[in-house]
Amino acid sequence: MRIATGMEGVHYVLHAPQGDTYADLLFTMIERRDRRPPVTYTTFQARDLGGDTAEMVKTSVREAYERFKPQVMLVGESCTAELIQDQPGSLAKGMNLPIPIVSLELPAYSKKENWGASETLYHLVRTLLLPVVPKAGTQRPKREAHIRPKANIIGATALGFRCRDDIREVMKLLAEIGVEVNVVAPMGATPDDLKRIPDADFNICLYPEIALTTCSWLQRSFGQPIIKTVPIGVGATRDFIAEIGKVAEIDVSEALARSQADTLGNWDASRLSSANNPNASRLPWYSRSVDSTYLTGKRVFIFGDATHALAAARIATEELGFTLVGIGTYSREFAREVREVAKKHGLEAVISDDYLAVEAKVAEAAPELVLGTQMERHIAKRLGIPCAVISAPIHVQDVPARYSPQMGWEGANVIFDSWVHPLMMGLEEHLIGMFREDFEFAEGHMSHLHTAPSQENRHEVTREEMGETAQKTPINSQVNGSSNGQIPATGNSNQAVLTPVEQAVDGLTWSADGEAELKKIPFFVRGKIKRNTEKFASDRGINTITTETLYEAKAAIGK
Amino acid sequence: MALEPCTEISTPTINTPDKLVLKERGQREVFCGLTGIVWLHRKMQDAFFLVVGSRTCAHLIQSAAGVMIFAEPRFGTAILGERDLAGLADANEELDRVVDQLLARRPDIGTLFLVGSCPSEVIKLDLAKAAERLNQRFFPKVRILNYSGSGIETTFTQGEDTCLGSMVPVLPRSYDEPSLMVVGSLADVVEDQFQRLFDKLGIGPVYFFPPRRAANLPPIGKGTKLLLAQPFLSETVRSLMARGATLLPSPYPFGIEGTTAWLKTAADAWNVSQEQFEQAIAPAANRAKIALERYRQVLSGRKAFLFPDSQLEIPLARFLSRECGMELVEVGTPYIDRLLMDSEINLLPEGTALSEGQDVEKQLDRCREAKPDITVCGLGLANPLEAEGMATKWSIELVFSPIHGYDQTADLAELFARPLERRKRLTV
Repeated sequence: MRIATGMEGVHYVLHAPQGDTYADLLFTMIERRDRRPPVTYTTFQARDLGGDTAEMVKTSVREAYERFKPQVMLVGESCTAELIQDQPGSLAKGMNLPIPIVSLELPAYSKKENWGASETLYHLVRTLLLPVVPKAGTQRPKREAHIRPKANIIGATALGFRCRDDIREVMKLLAEIGVEVNVVAPMGATPDDLKRIPDADFNICLYPEIALTTCSWLQRSFGQPIIKTVPIGVGATRDFIAEIGKVAEIDVSEALARSQADTLGNWDASRLSSANNPNASRLPWYSRSVDSTYLTGKRVFIFGDATHALAAARIATEELGFTLVGIGTYSREFAREVREVAKKHGLEAVISDDYLAVEAKVAEAAPELVLGTQMERHIAKRLGIPCAVISAPIHVQDVPARYSPQMGWEGANVIFDSWVHPLMMGLEEHLIGMFREDFEFAEGHMSHLHTAPSQENRHEVTREEMGETAQKTPINSQVNGSSNGQIPATGNSNQAVLTPVEQAVDGLTWSADGEAELKKIPFFVRGKIKRNTEKFASDRGINTITTETLYEAKAAIGK
Repeated sequence: MALEPCTEISTPTINTPDKLVLKERGQREVFCGLTGIVWLHRKMQDAFFLVVGSRTCAHLIQSAAGVMIFAEPRFGTAILGERDLAGLADANEELDRVVDQLLARRPDIGTLFLVGSCPSEVIKLDLAKAAERLNQRFFPKVRILNYSGSGIETTFTQGEDTCLGSMVPVLPRSYDEPSLMVVGSLADVVEDQFQRLFDKLGIGPVYFFPPRRAANLPPIGKGTKLLLAQPFLSETVRSLMARGATLLPSPYPFGIEGTTAWLKTAADAWNVSQEQFEQAIAPAANRAKIALERYRQVLSGRKAFLFPDSQLEIPLARFLSRECGMELVEVGTPYIDRLLMDSEINLLPEGTALSEGQDVEKQLDRCREAKPDITVCGLGLANPLEAEGMATKWSIELVFSPIHGYDQTADLAELFARPLERRKRLTV
């Protein structure tokens, strides 16, 4: 559907039960599209199962063809239709419609969305281009030196994370180095456009999850090289430009030099008024400015599709100075690449689509920032950790009206702002660490985000700080919400859980003073300190953790 | 579900004029019953909804409710894998394992609903048996129930019907004491308003079903009289009647007229005098009239077209036409149950075009041709129609908003006036 909806002139007939049309909403609501997706559903019901569901497929195909007159029709089935095995693709092919029919076999019980999109694009492109594939061994004629190189941009789909703006940003980059765009696909393309794909000199594989299968086939069939660097982040964008320079045999040194030189925070009237002056990224300067010093070594956990996770890891560690404490992906196809990066940082990658497994890893790593998908926002809320979204699955707030690419120079600007925003501002971080009994700026408060604890909570915190309850209760019995699965009795579901403190390791207890001291540690590193201290204690056979133990551990291990 | 009515029911005697009902079949642009979970999980906070289905089901629920960020999710999906389908894995053992895991992690769950989906129905996974088996292990700490929310069997709000239906057999028995049961989820604030009105009328005891906590089940027996707050509860009502309860057929409590008729139905069953009745409802009814007037002026004379979605369409069309002065072009509904709908259909203006079922492309053609002032439709159609220049009211909101009763009458009208007002305000 993401392929069909991204394109023009393609219609998709989907054999599916009533109710599966909910998928339309992803496009009309989350992406706010102003047209219905070009999808016809058979919407069978229980009473149809005894009858001829195959006939329903044929009727739908016929009616969809007559009404929409597409250039190409895709025919496929949903998970439920897969069980009743009507072979809709072959049925449609047997109807002798005067347009190409692409029959999709998408095993819903073993494969997932990105795979489906990737296969659909591949089959569509293959169906349209197979007749014009040159004989094996044919050499691609060399581009004449005076003709500007042409590129296809492949992989952007409907419902992709910031695809809309990424494409614009990549086109700007290409214009800057004198590369022409031949076809952008599937987003915005027609079947006729797809037929022009072989005219380009090379393919830019912008979203490997969607485009790599297709790009590889094009490389085999038409000898088009693939640009594999995904330009998310300043460094990656520079590499992307350099890679194109090499593949297209053009001089890109000027653009690269400018990206180095033109990143300072100063700007003047001439820069503002020059319409053809491309934007360079502000990220390098922003990240170097002293205000960003407190970002150094912030512990970050990254999860998402492989493309965005890998890009985020590089930005986080090389461009923002964070420490990577966890990385993972749900894209099994690219697990190897993610594992390699994890290994470089001494980590083990989380390759999983089980969100509980991810949650356990996040809790274990006790990061100060989570960069993830919509799902990680739930996890981060539960653990009381700041979070930013870097990858699909997303919700409506991540299809913003404003220009917000992730790729290219401007993408890096967007990334700087959106990742730093959820963190506590530097001054506040200092003051809360110093003065812990403020009646307004309490534990976990981030005044720039309006996440003040409720009045009620604040009183509780204050009482505990005063030692009224802390004397009586060992820490592990008053902890709410985390790994033991207890729900806070107050059930204030609209509040972040403020203290991501876990149960103590078996056989360890915290003395009242040790516990009170622990609470003086700023909340966002408290989880890590607690874990370190407990490990320190159990390694040395210490049973009761006192204030002294805490500081000994801190001295031995560091923050 | 057996549909045999209990002997005590008085069949509605109102003369039903034959209204032309267009029955259509084709592509249906509607939700499946799984979406009921989106509001039921908030109504019954001690319940957990475990869908047994595919990634598609999980995706649906995520997309519908995923915009809320949950520290503790109250629904989830046990996703069927290839091994389950091939019979390689014992699906029942797998399910037991998932439930074990879930209940271990979430000791706060008091009632667990196993929710059937299209895949689980097509492969005939017996969730009823599974629920029974799991109950043997977990009851009374956790009660495990099952119902179907599949698209092949249920449309949108019917998911609430099948959910409540699954609770009926476990309701405690009350013997002959007369009591009133208000059936259908209501916003908490509306429930409280109705409770106060029933108190004034001297009607009681009143039980609301579903309850706010799944553990507080209302009793049922021969003395129970059923007053439906929602029109989509066919199966639930019939199971309640099978347990001896009596249905009080009535229009639904939308608008002043609907609410008055609804309360009056209960008042008559309790032999409340006309004088006492009028005294009890007067303050609320009068202020509703004043509040409604504002919106009546906006809506009066405008044309409305309602696409099928929730079965609320007929009562709402009645409200829009009789109390707001709107003209009805077509009133589409996924399903008409005459037992539950006759009292409403009788109030629709003569000649109203009713349609049951859907062929979405043809219905869109009719809608475009009629050029209604406001189109009530689902979110899959709303933005595309707006882009064509038509004002729409997305229908799902009607299930998520407090719209029942006197004090919500103006709010209900406002929901339909708002898109018109917005179009008037925007200049770009």
